[in-house]
Amino acid sequence: MAVSPSRIASRRAGNVLFVAFCVLVTFIALAALALILYSLVSQGVGGLNLNIFTKSTPAAGTPGGLINAIVGSILMSVAAMIIALTIGILAGTWLAEYAGESRFGSVVRFLNDVLLSAPSILIGLFVYEILVAPFKTFSGFAGSVALALLAAPVITRTTEDVLKLQPTALRESGVALGAPVWHVIRTILWRGSTSGILTGALLAFARISGETAPLLFTALNNQFFSWNMARPMASLPVVIFQDALTPYPDLNRLAWAGALLIAASVLAVTIIARAFSQEPRR
Amino acid sequence: MSIVLNAPPRRGTPRGATFEPVFEGLCFGAATALLVALGGVLVSLAIGGWPALSRFGLNFITGVTWDPNPDHEVYGAAGPIVGTLITSAAALAMALPVAGGVAFFLVELCPTFLRRPIGTAVELLAGIPSIVYGMWGLFVFAPFFAAHVETPLMSAAPPGSFWETLFSGIPNGSGMLAASIILAIMILPFMAATLRELLNTVPPQVRESAYGLGATTAEVVLSVTLPYIRRGAIGAVMLGLGRALGETMAVTFIIGNSHAFPKGLFDSGSTIASTIANEFNEASGLQSAALIALGLVLFVITFTVLALARLLLRTQVRA
Amino acid sequence: MTLAAPVLPAVSIADVDKSRVKIDVQHLDFYYGKSHALKDISIPFEANAVTALIGPSGCGKSTLLRTLNRMYALYPGQKATGHVIFDGEDILRPGVNLSMLRAKIGMVFQKPTPFPMSIFDNVAFGVRLYETLGRTQLAERVEESLRRAALWDEVKDKLPTSGLGLSGGQQQRLCVARCIAVRPEVLLLDEPTSALDPISSAKLEETVTQLKNDYTIVIVTHNLGQAARLSKYTGFMYLGELVEFGETAEMFTKPVTTRASDYITGRFG
Repeated sequence: MAVSPSRIASRRAGNVLFVAFCVLVTFIALAALALILYSLVSQGVGGLNLNIFTKSTPAAGTPGGLINAIVGSILMSVAAMIIALTIGILAGTWLAEYAGESRFGSVVRFLNDVLLSAPSILIGLFVYEILVAPFKTFSGFAGSVALALLAAPVITRTTEDVLKLQPTALRESGVALGAPVWHVIRTILWRGSTSGILTGALLAFARISGETAPLLFTALNNQFFSWNMARPMASLPVVIFQDALTPYPDLNRLAWAGALLIAASVLAVTIIARAFSQEPRR
Repeated sequence: MSIVLNAPPRRGTPRGATFEPVFEGLCFGAATALLVALGGVLVSLAIGGWPALSRFGLNFITGVTWDPNPDHEVYGAAGPIVGTLITSAAALAMALPVAGGVAFFLVELCPTFLRRPIGTAVELLAGIPSIVYGMWGLFVFAPFFAAHVETPLMSAAPPGSFWETLFSGIPNGSGMLAASIILAIMILPFMAATLRELLNTVPPQVRESAYGLGATTAEVVLSVTLPYIRRGAIGAVMLGLGRALGETMAVTFIIGNSHAFPKGLFDSGSTIASTIANEFNEASGLQSAALIALGLVLFVITFTVLALARLLLRTQVRA
Repeated sequence: MTLAAPVLPAVSIADVDKSRVKIDVQHLDFYYGKSHALKDISIPFEANAVTALIGPSGCGKSTLLRTLNRMYALYPGQKATGHVIFDGEDILRPGVNLSMLRAKIGMVFQKPTPFPMSIFDNVAFGVRLYETLGRTQLAERVEESLRRAALWDEVKDKLPTSGLGLSGGQQQRLCVARCIAVRPEVLLLDEPTSALDPISSAKLEETVTQLKNDYTIVIVTHNLGQAARLSKYTGFMYLGELVEFGETAEMFTKPVTTRASDYITGRFG
């Protein structure tokens, strides 16, 4: 069989084009993302000072900080994580250990996957309808519930996945000793899955700590420092959103500093989560 | 021999045996709660949006006038709906080739010592909050885009031509195209990371046997690995689309927020999510209902896309 | 001149002294959903003796083992009918307290399954479920169990370290220790050495030998030598049926049925 040289040449040319395209777009993509990080750092570092951690959000033209937003974000995220971990671990356990091949199980699994990437602003609207409108006040608590609804599917999914990695014989040997199934789950399976569940929890935490849309209509915002979760509460993303859209340069600067804070903490949490997941399992 | 050693202890029911059904009930309850939450979103949006839907009927979706002025209130959401679809589709069209290129580069071409750092960077970037992309779009991208893309193109377009229509708008850096570009940048790391994960599921033997036949990298990727992951790849694309459709913050900053039907690439527009984010807190009565109905439309669109994505992805990776 | 081939019976089940039977399986059928995995099995397991179950893969020997502690009950869709009489009580009857049953009948699996906790806690796991022992009593029980599993000398200095850090063979003996700590009467061993190297296998066999006078042991194995070394009785199963059952010494020298003879001489399986 003859191999035509022109055919080889054209194939080679096609390959060069393809490789060049891949290299080029990778370069462009990385450059664009590097540019974003560069502006974030260069603009954000300028706004960082002690006031950020000691003062509440100011009116335009007066000095101020972000402490009310930082505390609000932490409070709401932590409360959300408590709710989400409870629901997520239990639901993930049900899917992995009890649901089997049942139809209800596959429906829950499927809808959980959908909920996992549902638009967060719709979660905000939903929580507004059930927790803000009836009580006639925005509240930090409503914000937490909205965030919990975003975190719970992530934790459910991770819990199910890591529990399924545990060998069947491990469950059976617990049961074979005469232990009740739930005792086996609690003391053997959960314990063996701790690092995996923790990874999922950290990733969920990273996700909700940067969420803005679901907080707009639930926690709203608060100019003042507050621990009261029954009242409107400030959060970093919402403060950034509002300050960035004002025409005042000092508020814009504050928004950049806030964005840098959020991005840095999200990156830090993600890196910690990856470190956990790479720990050898066995 | 050791009768004493083996003497079976007197046994009662084991510790915690009575809690068994309670525990299973709790787990089942939690799983059901997730289901109820998703159902609740649908039901609450349908109830909340009903006043607007029943008053405007199909005009709610096809009408182009969105006017909250209480004297002649009318809500037609074609602008935001089309804005959502166009920006998402455009973002996908821009992000997909790039994400594919990045994923192929990482799996097939990248020198080994760079593979991990770049791969990790892409995954980390996928986790950056969208509000950061939005701010960058507003403060950095928009001025650049206005000065170096919009203005030259608009002045270069011959009057009366198709190009003039296409490039119409206000050259201030925000608008439909700008929002699409920011959206594309935002979904890019996510899609690249998912595609890379899919490509890594292709068994090495499959690729190696293609290389063994003398195929070039391009041929291996395009005619062997890509078909191998086809279903999953479509799922990954739909997942990216789902993200773009529902994204609020990256868009709200830069789309210009006009409810009119966008006429050109540089024209201001709006998406469903940006409209809700901008107006909901000041709205009441019928406007509130209209915004919630808009949310219902978004729910239906994204649910369809996400459900398709999950069905396609399920067989390959659980991304 | 041709020799007439001896006509061998298709099935041969030897009798045992009923008064010494610990578990008596009578007309047991087992179903995985619609698939009929065990067909009318009747087999006695003598008290304080080892019975080996042999046969080619998929013949149902592990399934039979898993009915003895009703492990299958974890999975909806798996069903057993017939009788399994354990100390005079039919354990297939509904209403049997499964946890209590399993505390009396221990099981060791094909792959070692140490729990993700310390060596000490692994052994104490089952004990703590049923008994409230003081610190010293519990420590004594753990030591005694580890000694009987022939593991004590290797782990006595590292009881608080994770059980996952042991070698495969040690992990398997840890599982045996964990089983006998609960003071069961029966031990079910499901191919306990198939994942182990030859030296670890030999050690585990030694452990079983030490235990065999005190426990009713049922062992499923692919290793005919192991069955010959350890067991007093052997059951040969094929396609879900018990083809031959009798004293090990007899069966391995003079198998009665053609199929058992073919299997033991290595003609198939």
